[in-house]
Amino acid sequence: MNAAMMLAPRTGGLAALALVVSLAPLTFPNAYFYDVAVNALFNAVVCVGLNLLVGYGGQISLGHAGFFALGAYGSAILTGTYGVPPVAALAASAAAVGALAFVVGRPILRLKGHYLAMATLGIGIIIHIVLKTESQVTGGPDGIGVDAFTVLGLAVAGDKAWYWVGAGLLVFAVWISLNLIDSPMGRALRAVHGSEVGAEVVGVDTGRYKVLVFTLSAVFASVVGSLFAHKNGFITPDIGSFFRSIELVTMVVLGGMASTFGAVVGAVILTLLPQLLASFEDYEAMVLGGIMMGTMIFMPKGLLPSLRAALKRRRAAA
Amino acid sequence: MTLLRIESLSKEFGGVHAIEDLSFVINPGTIHSIIGPNGAGKTTLFNLITGVYTPTSGRILLDDHDIAGKRPFELARLGMSRTFQNLQVFFNMTALENVMVGHHLHLDRRFLPSLFRLPAIARRDAEARAHCLELMAFVGIGRYGDADAASMPYGALKRLEIARALAARPRLLLLDEPAAGLNATESREIDEVIKKVAATGVTVVLVEHDMKMVMGISDHILALDYGRKLAEGTPAQVRANQDVVAAYLGAH
Repeated sequence: MNAAMMLAPRTGGLAALALVVSLAPLTFPNAYFYDVAVNALFNAVVCVGLNLLVGYGGQISLGHAGFFALGAYGSAILTGTYGVPPVAALAASAAAVGALAFVVGRPILRLKGHYLAMATLGIGIIIHIVLKTESQVTGGPDGIGVDAFTVLGLAVAGDKAWYWVGAGLLVFAVWISLNLIDSPMGRALRAVHGSEVGAEVVGVDTGRYKVLVFTLSAVFASVVGSLFAHKNGFITPDIGSFFRSIELVTMVVLGGMASTFGAVVGAVILTLLPQLLASFEDYEAMVLGGIMMGTMIFMPKGLLPSLRAALKRRRAAA
Repeated sequence: MTLLRIESLSKEFGGVHAIEDLSFVINPGTIHSIIGPNGAGKTTLFNLITGVYTPTSGRILLDDHDIAGKRPFELARLGMSRTFQNLQVFFNMTALENVMVGHHLHLDRRFLPSLFRLPAIARRDAEARAHCLELMAFVGIGRYGDADAASMPYGALKRLEIARALAARPRLLLLDEPAAGLNATESREIDEVIKKVAATGVTVVLVEHDMKMVMGISDHILALDYGRKLAEGTPAQVRANQDVVAAYLGAH
C-alpha cells in the first residue's frame, strides 16, 4: 500500500488511525501525556463532527463550543443534581442539544457567509451567558463539580482509561463520518457546498441537509462535552466561550476542510502545540498565531489536503 | 395533453419587465427552443419555470397543476430538471459524484442506514455508480469517471451538467445554452446528444444562440424580445418571420 492510498479514506485510513491511537501510548513517558492525549482525542471528535458542517457542507458555526458546554452541563446537572445514570444523562443531553440545534438551525441556516457566522456566534454567546448567570442551576462562573462516569457500576477512572474511551470514540466518529460523506446523503451535502442551486434542481432539499448536518455536528459536540465533564470532574462556563468556538473552527481549517482525517490532524496539532510552545513562555500565543497564519498563506487548503496534493503531483511527475 | 402551459406570465425586477404577459404551451415528446437577442428574458423564463425565481403574476402549469412558487427541488420530484448557462457544477466533487447527486431522488437517503453504511446503501450506491457511468458515456464523457470536476475542460463540464440532469430521470429537461462556448464539432456532438435524449421520450426545452443547432433540431421555436413573445412556430415559420429577422439584425 503506497502513501497516497494510506491517506485515501476507507482504504487504509481508518485502519491506520486505529493503529496510531493504539500504539501512541507506547510513546507516553508519563501520566501527564495521557491527559493531553485525551484532550486531543476529544477535540478531534468534535472537529470530525464540525468538519461535516464546515468542510463538507460549506456552512460555518462560531458557536459550537456552546453545544459542547451544554452537553457537559447537561451531564453534570443530570447526574449530580438528579442522580440520573451517566450514560442516560449523556444521551438525554445529546438529544436535547440535537433538538435545540434543529430548532435554531432551521431559521439561521437560511443565512449565508458572514450573516450565518454572526448568527451562530450569537447562539454560542447566549449559551455562554446563560451558563454563567443561572448560578442556581449551573453553579455560575465558579463552575460545578461532576461525578465520575460509570457504566453498569464500573467507573471510568484515570487518564489511561479515558484515553481508550476517547480513542474508541474517535475511531467510531471517523468511521461514521466516512460512511456519511460517501452516501447519497453525504453527496447531497457536499453538493450544497458546491452549488446550492445546482443541487436543488436535481431534487436536493438543501435546507433540510444543512439543518441535518448542523444538528449532527452539535450532537457530536454535546457527547464529547458530556464525557469531558466526567473526565475533568469539574467544569466552568468558559468551556463554552467564544474563544473555544474559534479554536474548534481553526482546528478544522488548519487540518484541512472537507477532510475527515485532516480535522483529526488539525485537532491533535492545535492541542499539542501550546504544550510544545510552552518554552516560549510569553511569546507562546504569538508563535502559535504565526504558525497558523503561515499555514493559511502557504497551505490554504489545510495540512492534509495540501500534503495529499503534493504527493499526487510527485507521483504524476515520477 | 400539454406537458407545460405558461399563462400570462410576468416577472418584474424593480420596475423592469424581464418577462411580460407571456403565454405558450409545450407538448410532450418535442424539442422546443427559446431564442431571442441577449437580454430578451430567456434565462429569466427558465428560472421562472424551474422555480429559481417566483413569478410576479401569471401561471405555470405542469400536467395542469399550478407550480408557480414551488421550490426547484419540489419540481425535480415532479420530473423537471435543468442545466445552467453559467455552470453550476459541484467543483468540490468528482465527475461521477456530480452525476450521482443527479440521481439523488432515486437513491436510499435514510439517515441512520447512511451513517452505518448498511448493505442496502452500499448495494444501491454500486448500482447508481454503474448507471451514472453509463449516462456519462451516453453524453460522451465516459473517460472522466473519477476525475475531479475541477480538472475538466469546459466542453466536458457542459456535458457533465446534462448527464447530471438526466440522472434525475426527468420528463421535462431544460437546457440553458448547451452549446455556448463550444466549437463547431462539439456543438454537433451536443446536437446528437439532445436528439438521443428526445428519442427516449424526454421533452426538451432549450435556450440557444447557435441558430444552426436550433433550426436543425427543434420541433417548435419560441422567439422572445424584451420579455414578450415575438413569434412562435416551426423553424421554417420563425425563420420567415419579419419581426424575428428585425430583432436579430437590429433593424427598426
